[in-house]
Amino acid sequence: MTDVVDAPAGRDVDRVVIRFAGDSGDGMQLTGDRFTSASALFGNDLATLPEFPAEIRAPAGTLAGVSAFQVQISSQEISTPGDEPTVLVAMNPAALKSDLSRLAPGGTLIVNEDAFEERNLEKAGYVDNPLEDGSLDGYALITVPMTKLTREVCAELGVKPRDAERSKNFFALGLVSWMYTRPLEPTLDWIQSKFKGRDMVIAANNAAFKAGHAYGETAELGSHVVTIAPAKLDPGTYTNINGNTALSWGLITASQKSNLPIFLGSYPITPASDILHELAKHKDFGVRTFQAEDEIAAVSSAIGAAYGGHLAVTTTSGPGVALKGEAIGLAISLELPLIVVDIQRGGPSTGLPTKTEASDLMMAMYGRHGESPMPIVASYSPSHCYWAAIEAARIALTYKTPVMLLSDGYLANSSEPWKLPDVDDIPSIDVEFASEPNQTNEDGEPVFWPYMRDEKLTRPWAIPGTDGLMHRIGGIEKADGTGNVSYDPANHALMTSIRQDRIALIADDIPPTSVEGDPNAKVAVVGWGSTWGAIKGAVRRLDEAGKPVAHIHLTHLNPFPKDLGEVLRRYDRIVVPELNMGQLVRLLRAEFLVDAQPVNKVMGQPFTAAEIEQALLAEFEALEA
Amino acid sequence: MTDVQLTTKKDWATDQEVRWCPGCGDYSILTAMQLMLPDLNVRREDTVFISGIGCAARFPYYMNTYGMHSIHGRAPAFATGLAMARPDLKIWVVGGDGDMLSIGGNHLIHALRRNVNVNILLFNNMIYGLTKGQYSPTSETGKVTKSSPVGSIDQPFNAVSVALGAEASFVARTHDMDRQHMQEMFRKAYDHPGASLVEIYQNCNVFNDGAFDQVSKRANRDAMLINLEDGAPIRFGAEQERGVVIDASGEAQIVDVADVGEDALVVHDAARPNPAVAFALSRLAGGPTEPTPIGIFRAVERTEYAGAATEQLAAAQASDSAGDLNALLRSNPTWEVG
Repeated sequence: MTDVVDAPAGRDVDRVVIRFAGDSGDGMQLTGDRFTSASALFGNDLATLPEFPAEIRAPAGTLAGVSAFQVQISSQEISTPGDEPTVLVAMNPAALKSDLSRLAPGGTLIVNEDAFEERNLEKAGYVDNPLEDGSLDGYALITVPMTKLTREVCAELGVKPRDAERSKNFFALGLVSWMYTRPLEPTLDWIQSKFKGRDMVIAANNAAFKAGHAYGETAELGSHVVTIAPAKLDPGTYTNINGNTALSWGLITASQKSNLPIFLGSYPITPASDILHELAKHKDFGVRTFQAEDEIAAVSSAIGAAYGGHLAVTTTSGPGVALKGEAIGLAISLELPLIVVDIQRGGPSTGLPTKTEASDLMMAMYGRHGESPMPIVASYSPSHCYWAAIEAARIALTYKTPVMLLSDGYLANSSEPWKLPDVDDIPSIDVEFASEPNQTNEDGEPVFWPYMRDEKLTRPWAIPGTDGLMHRIGGIEKADGTGNVSYDPANHALMTSIRQDRIALIADDIPPTSVEGDPNAKVAVVGWGSTWGAIKGAVRRLDEAGKPVAHIHLTHLNPFPKDLGEVLRRYDRIVVPELNMGQLVRLLRAEFLVDAQPVNKVMGQPFTAAEIEQALLAEFEALEA
Repeated sequence: MTDVQLTTKKDWATDQEVRWCPGCGDYSILTAMQLMLPDLNVRREDTVFISGIGCAARFPYYMNTYGMHSIHGRAPAFATGLAMARPDLKIWVVGGDGDMLSIGGNHLIHALRRNVNVNILLFNNMIYGLTKGQYSPTSETGKVTKSSPVGSIDQPFNAVSVALGAEASFVARTHDMDRQHMQEMFRKAYDHPGASLVEIYQNCNVFNDGAFDQVSKRANRDAMLINLEDGAPIRFGAEQERGVVIDASGEAQIVDVADVGEDALVVHDAARPNPAVAFALSRLAGGPTEPTPIGIFRAVERTEYAGAATEQLAAAQASDSAGDLNALLRSNPTWEVG
């Protein structure tokens, strides 16, 4: 077995953007994830962008089957996975073909040369071998026989060649770990625990990883070695977290803070399923997960559990929200707490299941029949999904209403270092079930009116089993107060207004508009959701270039912060970048009569900071003109 | 269980005016339920009626219990969530043939398959009532309605067959002209641990009047209703002169007892693990125009869903570290920044 070679001290750089690309079966997500984890433990700031096809195993070697994982690691605070990779690891010709255009000019290209044989070249659409025809001259090309070397080192262990090939991603990981002076222990430890009980697999992966690491030294790649110092983050305990895990933990936290058990009704759908998986693991927190027969049953079961006094949640993506619309309308009519989590993806219809988009805002806002307002909370970064989940639960439980919690495929799967909070500092969510009659009937007897309201216009939550509070609720319009079925015209007008007003009133209980960047700038950029990182990066660059921009990022989209209109009117130019065709911008224009301008991207990928920077520069030019 | 105060029928009724059409079969079902419930020794507070949409689905408004009138077809799903969250409750689901077998067919079969502890009452009137008379998934082929002016071309569902095919652990049929029999079926459904399905032949006197007359009118019952009684050979007729055999191909056939002798008759056993005989019995009548079995087709014990979920939860919560939020947040690798 090859010994581990100490990493050389390399060139210091602030940041590097590495993209691992290969066939779906090559284990690129795992490779990227491990590199990320080691970098996190090393103390870098980082942001990731996993990109994979919807097919589980697209035909091997084809462009359709390319799976990629991009990560930016830095010694400074960063907020995006990088505009363009400075390093591309291509495990086969298809990966090179599909991802080369992303690589920065002069960037480092690490290629598994063994995969560049005739059949794979043909599948990727290459006539000539790009490793030999000079077309890659503009890059620092490093060709490595990864398959062959992995096979050799594994053969010594008695691993069959076909099995050995599966470890070649660990060879690549070893090599890149050497070049970027990553610590080895996190990866070796992980292999040990992940493949526990499968000694041959552990041995093969360890051997391939160490061989890749040693290869850098023996092949004299020392000039490529780069060191990225740990970032100067706030003191504290950190973990690397993705959006779906953070969201799941936020729900569990809200459950503890409200003393209500979680009931999750869910139907598997990309990219939301990981929340179901994560919550299903935590039965020890009293979490009930129910994999329903369909999206409608998922939300309906959750509403049933809410009626029974649980913290009810349903998780899905856009197509699922469309199916749940009628039941969400019922929850609005029943005035029961419910969290509807929409991990948005490209649409319409099946659209781009594994790619990100943020085009469900209008559906969240208006996608139900009748006048059916509901609060909307949007998360803006992977770790913010934790706080957004708690906030959605707080609003749902305090105001007895369904709440839409918007995240997207990018936030769901990408990760960043997260400074862990002290959970004792997180405020409790006070929930009181009704226990007493609240009215007296004409005979002087105490009775319970399910639609009696308090000053927040919320009705009592009386759960089955409570003495003397038997009552019926339903989707038919009911009389305010008694809750009895009512077709009275004036009552319907009253109830419609109340449903509107009680959601609007929540604006009294959310923070005022927060302005990042330069609040006194003439140009403001208004965002929501996962555009936060790219906007933040762009605003920082422009600030450094002497072009100040105000950044307003909305986490409450219904209702808006009370002062939002007033804040927006302070700016000469308002730009609204969105991963849709212009949804928030329409709401802002309609609500506040401001001349907000859209910047749109619907390519299944997040904005880069450079794209936002360009759009904002155009505003400065317009200002000057 | 806490002491339950004695109740009477009127304790289970609300002050809401019942708004079904005069003469509707739903009235007698409501009465049967309100008469039966006082016998259960259960609190109204622990009882929940959940319905979907349709005439039958107004049922919860008339029951002085907890209740939810939900959306079309989804009542079994709401009930499943509530049963999982609150295994302490006694949950009834009420719906019609459109609610349960058309728009909500998916939820019905999955609730039955999972064996969630809910009692499902399927009011089958073989017509859409609340939308004023379109054919339903149980309407006979050829049914002329507003939406099928030259006759429906749909093959109808047999609700009992559907339930048996969906792995139901309890399936029964009754009809709205026999209050005693309804009460008995409701009681048995309630006593059954797990999902129970009771199909109730229910007359819609406005849009499908007399649909069940051939089997359920008092004068016709002896000849046309086959009472399934556990442990007894299946016989019917005024003189019990007819009976049911299972033939060599596994099909149920009606025979004259005199021809085959009583020993040849199938002895009813709702607890048979294999549902084949129950299914054969469900196919005996092509519709309520032929001799039709009523009673309990199948009643077998099988793991109840909400209880199993609760057990998994309890097992997970037994560990010392259960519910440690700080430990959860630190369950992936962490590092310190000093």
